[in-house]
Amino acid sequence: MDVISEFFSEYDGLQAFRTTIYLTLLSALLALVIGTVVAVMRVSPIRVLQLIGTAYVNIIRNTPLTLVIVFCNLGLFVQLGLALANKDSHTFINDNNFRLAVLGLSVYHASFVAEAIRSGVNTVPLGQAEAARAIGLPFLKTLRYVVLPQAFRGAIAPLGNVLIALTKNSTVASVIGVTEASAVMKVMMENRPDVIFVVFGIFALGFVILTLPVGVLFTSLSKRLAVKR
Amino acid sequence: MRQRLIAALGIVGLAATGLTACGDDSGSGSASGGSGEKVTIGIKYDQPGIGLKEGANYTGMDVDVAKYVAKELGYGDITFKEAPSAQRETLLANGQVKMIFASYSITDARKEKVSFAGPYLTAGQDLLVKADNTDITGPDSLNGKKLCSVTGSTSAQKVKDKFADTVQLQNYDTYSKCVEALGTGSIDALTTDNTILAGYASQEANKGKFKVVGKTFSTERYGVGLKKGDTETCTKVNDALKKMVDSGEWQKAFDKNLGASGLKLDPATNPPKTFDACA
Repeated sequence: MDVISEFFSEYDGLQAFRTTIYLTLLSALLALVIGTVVAVMRVSPIRVLQLIGTAYVNIIRNTPLTLVIVFCNLGLFVQLGLALANKDSHTFINDNNFRLAVLGLSVYHASFVAEAIRSGVNTVPLGQAEAARAIGLPFLKTLRYVVLPQAFRGAIAPLGNVLIALTKNSTVASVIGVTEASAVMKVMMENRPDVIFVVFGIFALGFVILTLPVGVLFTSLSKRLAVKR
Repeated sequence: MRQRLIAALGIVGLAATGLTACGDDSGSGSASGGSGEKVTIGIKYDQPGIGLKEGANYTGMDVDVAKYVAKELGYGDITFKEAPSAQRETLLANGQVKMIFASYSITDARKEKVSFAGPYLTAGQDLLVKADNTDITGPDSLNGKKLCSVTGSTSAQKVKDKFADTVQLQNYDTYSKCVEALGTGSIDALTTDNTILAGYASQEANKGKFKVVGKTFSTERYGVGLKKGDTETCTKVNDALKKMVDSGEWQKAFDKNLGASGLKLDPATNPPKTFDACA
């Protein structure tokens, strides 16, 4: 089983999984921010904002993720010259690709986050918003203090699902050269075709280790934090 | 009653489609095959000049060698199947393909899993740069430059380890993305086997834009992948390859597929004069 020790020493598999984790966490944070904004737009009383929010969700959600990620690199960077890192740096390519991947992953998953939060908003009874209006709160304050806190607690389970999907989808970043887990898996498969299934097993196990606790945590959170009605 | 009728019609319909499917199958087999057995051969679908699928046509050096060898082995009906790098060993082990001609370099690690006939071509790692580039003359002049290759390939890693440790690596999932990035100047060079580079440089859309540097720094011996231990086929394939070289067909296939790019292969090993012993 020398391939397992090679995973740690020669290929630095832990570093690859660390990159996967960073990629996931940063994209998750950014997706949460964008997704919340989009969800608020969709439930806002202003027609134009509603339309923009709906269009965002429908367009992005129905575009393949590989296309989004490849566009971030070949479209934004290679063709339009948008660089997200210092061009003179020795690690420019790696930094730039990582940030472009975070951008692509978060823009893509924001559409799912927005839908999860909107479903959370729908769990809040109409009377809550009406009561908030009755005591004179304007729209944004109604959201901020009454609706969204309850909506997030109702949306925890679907948000957990999005996070698990995001963890696995981060492997798509390898198409633009981010050295996360699946990229290192490809290198190991190229060099050690004789033990290809062991290599595959190691990486499959790695992803199970990452996603299983997330699922358990979010399930228990969704039970504990659910608004008792 | 009515439902039964519909069900009966449905069954008849299914049976009819089943029958026509069978009919089609045997029809196409005899139409394209003539005489001889069927064989499935693994090739690359995305490498111009080597193995490329364009609609229903297959072109490239690997394809022409595969066709010649299959004919010599007595197969009349060839089915091509895509053999992506990571799946080549599995395809052979499962028997999904009989032989693989897919820029498949003979290495010791691969010999653990499959047997090789050949080599039928000896390539080498090289660099592709823009046609007007003068400061990249070989792997040693890559320090501080941006180099592109494909995720999982060992070629870019080799440059970094052996020649230029301050080179920056861009990996994509396909070489065509590297070519795209090279065209706009966001990377400086693309590295892989000179045969593959020549194939891209001579593509219609890229003519005159790029050049192969022409200083190879590795030896890649392309072999014919066979199921482990299949010495019988291996011997036959080697005989067929020898015949192909002796009859001049090898040179013809090379000129047709890679000649236009101006690619110069090492004349000591190309066309191949000796083949590895089958084991």
